[in-house]
Amino acid sequence: MRLKVDHVTRYVYDQPARSVVQSHRLCPSVFAGQKLVEWDVTVSGGQKGASFRDAAGDLVQGWTVAGPVSEVTVRVQGVVETDDLSGVLRGHRETVPPEAYLRATVPTRADTALHALAQPVEAEDTLALDHALSKAVADAIAYQPGVTHAHTTAAEALSLGVGVCQDHAHALIAVARVRGLPGRYVSGYLFSDASGAAHEAAHAWAEIYIAGLGWVGFDPANRCCPDARYIRLGSGFDAQDAAPIRGVARGGGQEDLDVTLAILDDAQTPTQRQNQ
Amino acid sequence: MYQGTSVRPPYARLEDWVAAMPQELRHLKQAEAEALFRRIGITFAVYGEGGDPDRLIPFDMFPRVFAAREWAKLEKGIKQRARALNAFLVDIYGRGEIIRAGRVPSRLIYQNEAYEKAVAGIVPAKGVYAHIVGVDIVRTGPEEFFVLEDNCRTPSGVSYMLESREIMMRMFPGLFRENRIEPVDGYSEKLRRTLESVAPKQCPGDPTVVILTPGHFNSAYYEHSLLADLMGVELVEGQDLFVEGAHVWMRTTEGPRRVDVIYRRLDDAYIDPLCFRRDSMLGIPGLMDVYRAGGVSICSAPGAGVADDKAVYCHVPEMIRFYLGEEPILQNVPTWQCGKADDLRYVLDQLPDLVVKEVHGSGGYGMLVGPKASREEVERFRAKIVEDPGNYIAQPTLALSSVPTFVEEGVAPRHVDLRPYCLVGETIELVPGGLTRVALTEGSLVVNSSQGGGVKDTWVLAE
Repeated sequence: MRLKVDHVTRYVYDQPARSVVQSHRLCPSVFAGQKLVEWDVTVSGGQKGASFRDAAGDLVQGWTVAGPVSEVTVRVQGVVETDDLSGVLRGHRETVPPEAYLRATVPTRADTALHALAQPVEAEDTLALDHALSKAVADAIAYQPGVTHAHTTAAEALSLGVGVCQDHAHALIAVARVRGLPGRYVSGYLFSDASGAAHEAAHAWAEIYIAGLGWVGFDPANRCCPDARYIRLGSGFDAQDAAPIRGVARGGGQEDLDVTLAILDDAQTPTQRQNQ
Repeated sequence: MYQGTSVRPPYARLEDWVAAMPQELRHLKQAEAEALFRRIGITFAVYGEGGDPDRLIPFDMFPRVFAAREWAKLEKGIKQRARALNAFLVDIYGRGEIIRAGRVPSRLIYQNEAYEKAVAGIVPAKGVYAHIVGVDIVRTGPEEFFVLEDNCRTPSGVSYMLESREIMMRMFPGLFRENRIEPVDGYSEKLRRTLESVAPKQCPGDPTVVILTPGHFNSAYYEHSLLADLMGVELVEGQDLFVEGAHVWMRTTEGPRRVDVIYRRLDDAYIDPLCFRRDSMLGIPGLMDVYRAGGVSICSAPGAGVADDKAVYCHVPEMIRFYLGEEPILQNVPTWQCGKADDLRYVLDQLPDLVVKEVHGSGGYGMLVGPKASREEVERFRAKIVEDPGNYIAQPTLALSSVPTFVEEGVAPRHVDLRPYCLVGETIELVPGGLTRVALTEGSLVVNSSQGGGVKDTWVLAE
């Protein structure tokens, strides 16, 4: 698919901030399933800072905004060509050993309930096991926005029985680790077609490392593996570690956040325009 | 000090010194030393052990003495260790050859709390992660030294080395005329040169070095300010630094000044809320991005702590063979890892004879000294080990050397250890001396200040 992204994040401070520092992972990953056609990130009043590709393969870009500033707008615009690789992250350059992802963090720590969810799952090989674990997570945590929040842990979401994509991803990482498999959190975008089958355009899922195959994505929230509708941005131990935008404002008091995001099928856009 | 009944040669001259000092004079001098320590304000707990920050650590005036030949061996051994530890850090954050070769278990490294995924793939300037390596050493015989542990993050206590010497020279100038004692006051100059030598490649001219302190409430604040003073560099807190564009800047009265090298006395977790602990108020937001892009050097480099984990310690001799192709000059204390089934069985069997430590613990807390412990203490510890074996290592109780120490009745032997400070930059330097800690209680093997330990001046005699 040829996907067009327009993603605007607006931070409003109730008192002018003395300065704002951000660290972005807002550039689509480079691998066989994704090709950048055009991509541009702007930060209102911002100065580009340090930039590098980290060992996990993510392009990190720092930004600073000198104060006083009462509003910062981050705008991401671009076009990506995607292919369906059934979730396999083929051709992605990275050097962090998969084993490093066997470490639990606060949101991905497995409690007894997550152990109980993971243990009985049976499958003939690792790939089948991962699919089965993903299904087990989807069955145990129903999609329901508004109940969990940014700091909800996998264990809490499981005990609530409801959550959003972030909770699904954390839970899948936790159960994968119980079975000795490295798992990680992936943040990205998801194109929703007219049928509305998919949800959450600013999306997250999990990847599990399978020896011989490499990292493979699983999206319990949508009961599938990432395909051509998905744009992968970056990864980490958990949602916080993989966040596309991390920022700190000095001073500034209360911060208000407003996000608008549109993912369009670029191939169809011209037709739509003709119709108008 | 004694070899048989005769005094070991390095201490020979001190015999006369003690003999010529009547008890009254000694008490007077001791009081003077304490007053000096108080006046300069050096009252912090050694190695951040906690406890009352205003408590004075007892200073023993009887110096510990090394002959030139003894020190030469130590120096070679310590430098060898510092080189191997740095090669190891570059390797595990790079290709991980030592793990691929099966010499160090991958689990121990990649699942270690101190392994920082954020710095994987980074080779710091001059290939140095640990710029100041504090190697804790004990002596068990005339020619026998063992390394107790390595400190690769930000080892403290060097101010005691400097101030103990300063005070001894002031109180006993005659001793320093009669003995040829290697000076230690070159430390700050060597430290500054070491830090400057690891400035980032893109640094335009003379590098600007700063010391980053958590603040005056920190137990080692005195040391931070002393080193800044001696090196002639700024002592800063997180709020004095900021990131703008691709660099780190320091607020000064003449406007922002670019910072090239940060000697931080702050743990990884606190240095950048954007990368590590988000609630840290002590760090500099965006610092890690600048660091990872090569815009600033951080000493020690983030992630260095994985090399001084007590379980990783067991593999340092292997690192020396693997990276340097040499045999270790200084030996490790034989260590049993309770996480291994065979080792655990042995440890539980021999518990009353062993010293048991927590893998991540420090400061002599959470530690069992078998021969000194009551039966109940041993049993309580046994339960803790069985509960979480991977969290403990055990070592034999070493016959630590003792050196003459002033006690109420005169001079008596007390057990000591030693921490020299090895500087690693473009070159590897070791100032002839270090911090000698002494267990002031008779027979005690625990030298930690929180457990009744004191400090001594450490002499290395010139040839």
